[in-house]
Amino acid sequence: LAPWIPVVGLEIHAQISSNSKLFSGSQVQFAAPPNSLVSFFDASLPGTLPVLNRRCVEAAVMTGLALNCSINKKSLFDRKHYFYADLPAGYQITQQRVPIAVNGSLSYSLCIDNRMSQMVTKTVRIKQIQLEQDSGKSLHDDTRCQTLVDLNRAGVGLMEVVMEPDMCCGEEAAAAVRELQLILQTLGSSQAVMAEGQLRVDANVSVHHPGEPYGVRTEVKNINSIRFLAKAVDYEIQRQIEELENGGTILNETRAFDSKLGCTVPMRDKEGKQDYRFMPEPNLPPLILYDTKSLPANMNHQQVINIDWIQERLPDLPSVKREKLVEQYGILPEHSFTLLNEDGLAEFFESVVKQTQMKPKKVIGWILNDLLSYLKQHSLTVKESPVSSILLADLLNLLEKKEISSTAAKRVLAELWKGEGKTPLEIVKEQKLELLQDQKELEQICQAVIDGQENEVIMMVLG
Amino acid sequence: QKVSVEVLDHLEHLALVDFRDSEGVERLQKAIQFADQLQEVNTDGVEPMDSVLEDRWCLYLREDDVTEGNCTKELLENAREKLEEYFVAPPGNIPLPKLEERETFLQGC
Repeated sequence: LAPWIPVVGLEIHAQISSNSKLFSGSQVQFAAPPNSLVSFFDASLPGTLPVLNRRCVEAAVMTGLALNCSINKKSLFDRKHYFYADLPAGYQITQQRVPIAVNGSLSYSLCIDNRMSQMVTKTVRIKQIQLEQDSGKSLHDDTRCQTLVDLNRAGVGLMEVVMEPDMCCGEEAAAAVRELQLILQTLGSSQAVMAEGQLRVDANVSVHHPGEPYGVRTEVKNINSIRFLAKAVDYEIQRQIEELENGGTILNETRAFDSKLGCTVPMRDKEGKQDYRFMPEPNLPPLILYDTKSLPANMNHQQVINIDWIQERLPDLPSVKREKLVEQYGILPEHSFTLLNEDGLAEFFESVVKQTQMKPKKVIGWILNDLLSYLKQHSLTVKESPVSSILLADLLNLLEKKEISSTAAKRVLAELWKGEGKTPLEIVKEQKLELLQDQKELEQICQAVIDGQENEVIMMVLG
Repeated sequence: QKVSVEVLDHLEHLALVDFRDSEGVERLQKAIQFADQLQEVNTDGVEPMDSVLEDRWCLYLREDDVTEGNCTKELLENAREKLEEYFVAPPGNIPLPKLEERETFLQGC
């Protein structure tokens, strides 16, 4: 049987972290009373007009720069038409002709064979980033055969990040999205929490034989977590391969991922191919961005967005932070990967290192093996840790000064998890875990052990 | 060059217009003919115009402040049907029936 090459592309919608919406002054907030965060424009009442939110543009520029994109100094807005109850205007304002950023790239790391010690770096091309409106939310009430519509989300700013089909499996897709999530959170352009719908991913999947043209692709939606993304993509690849090997064909359709059954199913309510009848948004002129060279002399600076100014103020991206951790503390790349993968863990690690004489290379073991595994077992975040960085540093200092053994340190740590407010020193004294330094006392104990185990001693002496 | 029945049917599905009778279709034909005159102008190498104001048409950037919203009651006054504070809509898009199944003058074409 000829091998199959799976091809995976992604369309990611990230909600912009801003106080108000993309084209109106209503508030952006998760979980508010229905239709309480809706302006007349959001409800598409006649006579209302879009007014672009500066913060949303800055968020898109930051993200474009972080993803190595070319920022289009002139980008345009368009209308994408389709009918749905949660889209009151009957169209979405988006950037179809000329988006704000194009031609970037994202590097991400993968573990080979599930072993953290072997990491490989991959790159996925970013086709473009565009600004667009989010739609409202539909709640389907099947019992009463109706849909309930909440427009709180209608008009919230989105950045659509389009990743080229450079990925080949669920693991790669998941790793790429995870890295994008970390970047967005570092920039602050989006909080990118998938569970709150701030990061939504649609996967485009197809398979083909080497040397042949790309196969028909399907679009997979309704993916609610990074774990499910990997599952959905892998399931769809398998489904397509089986279908084709059984002589079937793949329909160019939209499918939904069913997380309970772990499979994809054709989506209802998708009537054939949509014709969106794109047209320029007549109420918005082109969006012009400047850099230091092209900055106009006499313009109100509140009306000017300077790409260079934003570039200079970009924070260290995750990849840079990882390199710095490796260089500064002599830890392994896979260590820095785990440190950045857990919210607050890198800061915790650095805080402990500052407060202890123990070498960072040794501290990292306590952080990744002991602290992290405990947190995972009890489903706690770093912020919720009953053991603070100060307490852990105190404990590691006792170990470093050889006042306790490594085994004793683990026992003290187990006690510290209880969060009873005792210090490591108090626990050591309570449980009499101090290492004996007195030579005579040690000899007495050893002699007592030997005296009590005569038979074993004879066996040992005889070899 | 006449607009085909397939295109007319497609338009009725997309835009939910109803051409109703031959007069409606004729009006469409005439509108297309009128607009087609634009094709007579050679625009090779000319950038499309966004506005007659050209670069004096400036996009105004608003500060990211919350200035609107909180008018649930007013908005819901426009709703034909509501439930608590939600707008009520049909269960999903109800697609226009296929040409063969619709009572439309287009059938006879």
